[in-house]
Amino acid sequence: MDELNNVQAEPETVDTEVPLDKNVRLMSPTRMVVRRFFRSKLSILGLIMVVSLFLFSFVGPLLYTQWGEIELDESGKTEYAISETSYTVDGQTYTLRQTTEKYLKDNFLALPSAEHLLGTDNEGYDIFVRLMYGGRISLTVSFIAVFLITILGVILGGIAGYFGGWIDNLIMRICDVLMCLPGVPILLIISTILDASDIDAKYRIYLLMIYLTFISWTGTARLVRGQILSLREQEYMVAAEAMGYSTGRKIFKHLIPNVMPQLIVQMSLSLGSMILYEATLSYLNLGVKAPYAAWGSMINIISTNQDILQNHLNVWVPAGVCIVIAVLGFNFVGDGLRDALDPKARR
Amino acid sequence: MFKYICKRIAYSILILLGVSMIIYFLIRLMPVDFIQDKINAINQGGATVSEETVNAMYEMYGLGDDSFTGILSGYFNWLGALCRFDLGTSFVYGIPVAQVIVEHMGISFAIALIATIFEFLIAIPLGITAATHQYSFRDYLVTVLVMIGISLPSFFFGQMLKSVFSLKLGWFPVSGLVDATASYSGIELLWDYARHCFIPILTIVILSIGARMRMTRANMLEVLNSDYIRTARAKGLKEKVVINKHAFRNTLIPLVTSLAGLIPSLFSGAIITEQVFDLPGIGNVALDAMNRGDIPFIMGYNMFLAVLSVLGVLLADLMYGVVDPRVKLE
Repeated sequence: MDELNNVQAEPETVDTEVPLDKNVRLMSPTRMVVRRFFRSKLSILGLIMVVSLFLFSFVGPLLYTQWGEIELDESGKTEYAISETSYTVDGQTYTLRQTTEKYLKDNFLALPSAEHLLGTDNEGYDIFVRLMYGGRISLTVSFIAVFLITILGVILGGIAGYFGGWIDNLIMRICDVLMCLPGVPILLIISTILDASDIDAKYRIYLLMIYLTFISWTGTARLVRGQILSLREQEYMVAAEAMGYSTGRKIFKHLIPNVMPQLIVQMSLSLGSMILYEATLSYLNLGVKAPYAAWGSMINIISTNQDILQNHLNVWVPAGVCIVIAVLGFNFVGDGLRDALDPKARR
Repeated sequence: MFKYICKRIAYSILILLGVSMIIYFLIRLMPVDFIQDKINAINQGGATVSEETVNAMYEMYGLGDDSFTGILSGYFNWLGALCRFDLGTSFVYGIPVAQVIVEHMGISFAIALIATIFEFLIAIPLGITAATHQYSFRDYLVTVLVMIGISLPSFFFGQMLKSVFSLKLGWFPVSGLVDATASYSGIELLWDYARHCFIPILTIVILSIGARMRMTRANMLEVLNSDYIRTARAKGLKEKVVINKHAFRNTLIPLVTSLAGLIPSLFSGAIITEQVFDLPGIGNVALDAMNRGDIPFIMGYNMFLAVLSVLGVLLADLMYGVVDPRVKLE
C-alpha cells in the first residue's frame, strides 16, 4: 500500500498569504479510517450496541448485587390449583370445585417487579442478573474463539502463502477436508464426547469453542493465503528481499500488516456468527449447562415447556433480544470497518 | 473440460475419504451407546441379559473393539460396505440408512426449495432498489431490516413466530407436518401441509434473505459503476432500461453460480428449524439419531452432507465457466 496515496489533503479556506502547507491538513491513514468509520450512522449504532452490552455484562453484576447468578429466590410462593369434578346424582349434575393451596420453597416464575426487574425463571433464578452473567460467557467465549481462529488462520495461511510448494499443498488440502465437514452435526458430536469426560460445567463451553476453532480456521487461512500470494509479487517485497531481511521480519513486518484490514473485518463479522453458534449450542443444551447461564440456554426451556413459551415472555424474550443486539452490533461494526478500511472508498 | 471434471472428481473422492475418516473416529468416540440403552430397556422389562449375549450384540453391530485398531478396522468395514453401495442398517429404524435418508429428505427438500424460491423473489428486488438508491433512506431501511434478519437466531425467531401466530392467534398449527386427529386426502391434505409448513418456511426465508440481498446489492453497485452503464446512459436510454436490461443481466453471473452452492442447503435439512417445529425432516431425524447413538445413520447423514458440499463447490466452479465465457477452466 502506497503511503502517499493514503494521505488525503483537505483544503481549508484558502488564504493566499499563508504558505501552502499551512492551508492543508494532513491526515494519517489511521485517522482517515477512524473518520470514515464514525461518519456512518450504522457503525456508530453498532458500536453503541456492542459497548453497552459489554458494560451490562461485565460492569453490571458489580453494580447490581441484589441477586447472584446461581442464587435462588427462596422467599417462597403459594400456588393455587383449582380442580373441578362433576357428579351426576339422581339426574342432577353437581360440580365440586376444589382449591388446593400449595406452599413452594422457591419463588419461581415471578412477574417483573422492583425486586426482580425481569422476574424469575422456572427455577427461581433472577432473570435480569442471569442475563448479565450469560452475556459474560457468551461474549468471552466468542472473543476467545475468534481470537484463536485468527491466530491459527494467520499462521497456517501465512505459511502456506509465503512458502508455497508442498507445504502450501498440504495445508490447503487439510483446509479442503475441514471445509467439507458439516459444521453443526460435528459440533453436536464433539459436544456429546465432552459429556463423557467429566469437566466442570463452567469450563465445558470453553473447551467446546476451542474444538470449534480447529475446524473453523480455514476461512481465515484462505483469506490470508490469497492476500499474501498477491502481495508477495509487490515491489516492496522485492526490496525487502534485496535488503536481506529475515523471513520472520518479511512475514510479520511487511506482509501481515497489509492483510490486517481484511482480517479485522473478518474478525468483527465472525464475532457475530460465533455468538450465534454458541447460542445455538446452548439452546440444544450442549453448550453451557445448568446451573450456569448463557443467553442460549435461557431460551432452551421453551423447547419443552409450552406454558412458558406462551405465557411467560419475560423468561425467554430478553435473552433472545440480547443475542440479536450483540450479533447485529458486531455486524454493523464489521460493515462499517469494511467501508472505512477500503482505500478505494472516498466518501 | 472433460479432463478437468475427471480430475476434480478424483480429487473430491480423496477429500471425502479424509472427511469420512474424521467423522467415523469422532462418532466412535461418542459416549452414547445404543446397545447399552437397548440392554437397559430389556433389563427394565424384567429379563436379564447374559454377558455373552451382550458381547455378541456388540460384535453383531461391529462395535466390539473400542481400541484404535478396532475403530480403524470398523472404518474399513464401513468403507468396504460403501463400495458396494451399502451405508449399513440404521440401529433405530432397522432399515437401510439410505432408505431412511430418502424417506425423510423429501419434506426437508420441499421446505428448502419453497423457501429458496421466496428468498430469491424477495431478496433480488430489494438488493436492486438498495443499490440504485445507494445511501438513501430506502437503502438504509432495507439494509437495517435484512441485517436484523441475519442476526436473528433461528430457534429464537422460530419460537417467537410460533408463540404469536400459532399459540396466541391460533392461525397456524403449533408443530408437526399433518393434523394427527384428521385424515385428509388430496387437496385438503396439501392444504394441511401448507398450513403446517408456513411458519417454518417464513422463518427460513426471513433469516436467509439478508445474505442474498447484500450479495445482489454489492454486485449491482459494482456493475453500476462500470463503463458500459455510463455508455448506456450517455446514449440516452431510459433509466429503467439501463437498470433492468444492462445492469441486472450482468449481476446474474454471481447469482446463477451461487445456485450451485445452494445444493447442500436444499437437501441437508434445517436442523434447528425442524427441531423447533417438530417437522419430520432429515435434520430433525439426524438430531434424534445423534442423541440415541445410531452410528450408521449419523455416519451416513454426515457423509451425505459432505458429498453434497463437495458437489456444490464443483458445480459452482463449472457454472462459472458456463455462465461467464471469460472464465477458462483448466
